[in-house]
Amino acid sequence: MTHRIDTAFRTARKAGRKVLIPYVMAGDPDLDTTLRLIPELEKAGADVIELGIPFSDPIADGPVILRAAMRALVHDTSLTDVLGAVKKIRAVSQVPLVFMSYYNPIYHYGVEAFARDAVTAGVDGVIIPDLPPEEGHDLIVAARKEKLATIFLLAPTSDDARIRKVTQTATGFIYYVSITGITGAALTDMGDVGARIGDIRKKTGKPIAVGFGISTPEQARAIGRMADGVIVGSALVKHIEANLEADRDTLVNAATAFVAGLRQGLDG
Amino acid sequence: MIQRYSQPGKNGHFGTFGGQYAPETLMPALRELEQAYREVKRDPAFRRELNELLSEYVGRETPLYHAARLSERLGGAKIYLKREDLCHTGAHKINNTVGQVLLAKHMGKKRVIAETGAGQHGVATATVAAMLGIECEVYMGTEDMERQALNVYRMRLLGSKCTGVHYGSRTLKDAISEAMRDWTTNVRTTHYVLGSVLGCHPYPMIVRDFQSVIGKEARRQILKAEGRLPDLLIACVGGGSNAIGLFHAFIKDAGVDMLGVEAGGYGVESGKHAARFAGGTLGVLQGTLTYLLQDDHGQINLTHSVSAGLDYAAVGPEHAFLREQGRARYTSINDDEAMEAFDTLARVEGIIPALESAHAVAQVIKEAPRMGRDKVLICNLSGRGDKDVYQVARMRGLELD
Repeated sequence: MTHRIDTAFRTARKAGRKVLIPYVMAGDPDLDTTLRLIPELEKAGADVIELGIPFSDPIADGPVILRAAMRALVHDTSLTDVLGAVKKIRAVSQVPLVFMSYYNPIYHYGVEAFARDAVTAGVDGVIIPDLPPEEGHDLIVAARKEKLATIFLLAPTSDDARIRKVTQTATGFIYYVSITGITGAALTDMGDVGARIGDIRKKTGKPIAVGFGISTPEQARAIGRMADGVIVGSALVKHIEANLEADRDTLVNAATAFVAGLRQGLDG
Repeated sequence: MIQRYSQPGKNGHFGTFGGQYAPETLMPALRELEQAYREVKRDPAFRRELNELLSEYVGRETPLYHAARLSERLGGAKIYLKREDLCHTGAHKINNTVGQVLLAKHMGKKRVIAETGAGQHGVATATVAAMLGIECEVYMGTEDMERQALNVYRMRLLGSKCTGVHYGSRTLKDAISEAMRDWTTNVRTTHYVLGSVLGCHPYPMIVRDFQSVIGKEARRQILKAEGRLPDLLIACVGGGSNAIGLFHAFIKDAGVDMLGVEAGGYGVESGKHAARFAGGTLGVLQGTLTYLLQDDHGQINLTHSVSAGLDYAAVGPEHAFLREQGRARYTSINDDEAMEAFDTLARVEGIIPALESAHAVAQVIKEAPRMGRDKVLICNLSGRGDKDVYQVARMRGLELD
């Protein structure tokens, strides 16, 4: 439901803090681990959690997220499985959950059924990197009906006309892609990010979260000065990847400690 | 029957198929590409340059060859072969790369990238990039690089970089994803030369238009040779660029039947094939909505064909549209039938076809005897088989090295 996301941004704004949005791939390395991670990441300071739905052909992702998807697909983690996991999470945590999924698994599930089942399970919003507003009509209609947030992306290459289109269509927040590139690439030009956020703010009062390429507490803090939220994916997934051979406590602790560090950086 | 044909329509859709399922980063570049393409299409200087290259460099027009012995042997329709195998680099792929690399140059792009499966599109892109003096990088699955080592070396001889993709199935599908990632990263300086009628709009339209020279020539040639239009067109369909290239000029000719041939692999019932119409369902892959081979959860299936050029999980969206409209029919040919046709054409006509084109020839072998001797069919011989000789020998237990 949209309102959990709206509340997260409103609460943070009132408290003078920024929204921290870590990303994990559902089913990486298995869904039990994902179920353990989510409440722990919330305790470590996550305000919203982005949950990746694995897809065989992730065109917008760099090698780190791609490997995570392949690990999740080793045991066929499906959209249906992840919806089941969300139901379980809702018994223990009310942290806003946003799905990051390529369009095909959702299209195949059926957009209306997906919007209904997602909201029933407790999903708050969806980000679909290969679905621009131009192709999003069916999903947008279904999502509006169920009050599922449709978060669209803007990029450094987006011109004024596109900024207008995306800011009008998006609900929940605007996802600004900080670099011209794929997930996990290096973020180098903070000045440009600031200028672009300024351009977007002229068109909308909706919250703006920035993602792609943010990997350290310092970068999170720098982005937090300009945006309403900070999304960290590949850098967190790397901590999971580095601990695949260790026991699950070690893996969960490593991921949690990294997110706690980002929280400190953002608040410091 | 289709009276007017003006596809794609709004936002690049062919009916409900096609479209622009692209990351936001690429959306402005796709619009810029479409605008630049529409400009050069009307520009007489660009058209002159393109036609000159097609004629002087590619070697067009290609012959429409009356395969008299094959026709005689099959005892039915009179068979013509459109000899795209005689194009420079050995396949129809270069019709598109000449157009696109020239377009990239007009757009002021300093670099082109491409994906390749069997290596034919990679070689065709590297060739034109060398000739026009543009930097070129080709992505290729590492599995395909092993199978097609000769084409990897050809690309390098031509001065291109050939970069291996070692994720997923390590074949064409993964090479396309990697090329899209490169384009997303370098979109301001780089043009992505997509090799088939696939991907986001405007690619299916641009590639079709550059390939439609095949059908325009064939239509003129058959009218000259026979004084009438053919009864049937046959072409193999991977993404479907050689097929759409042949079909397009005939779409409004109601009497011309059109038949696309997909790769049946070990047989559609085996699950190891690339027959998207026979075994697939609707979905979105790599920018376009079309028929796909996917599992119950929308994950893309691994495909199989003896021919790397047909071994892909999605079919071009315009083919999905033509099929829905009842304007074209589609069928599939298994590996063993294609191998048999490969031999037949070599022995009966002295032409070694590409394994892709051998699928179309295999369908001709089925269709021609069912047609009367007064009937005429055209088969698109999209490429020559030199690239496949090693593979065929190996499959028959011979080592040529």
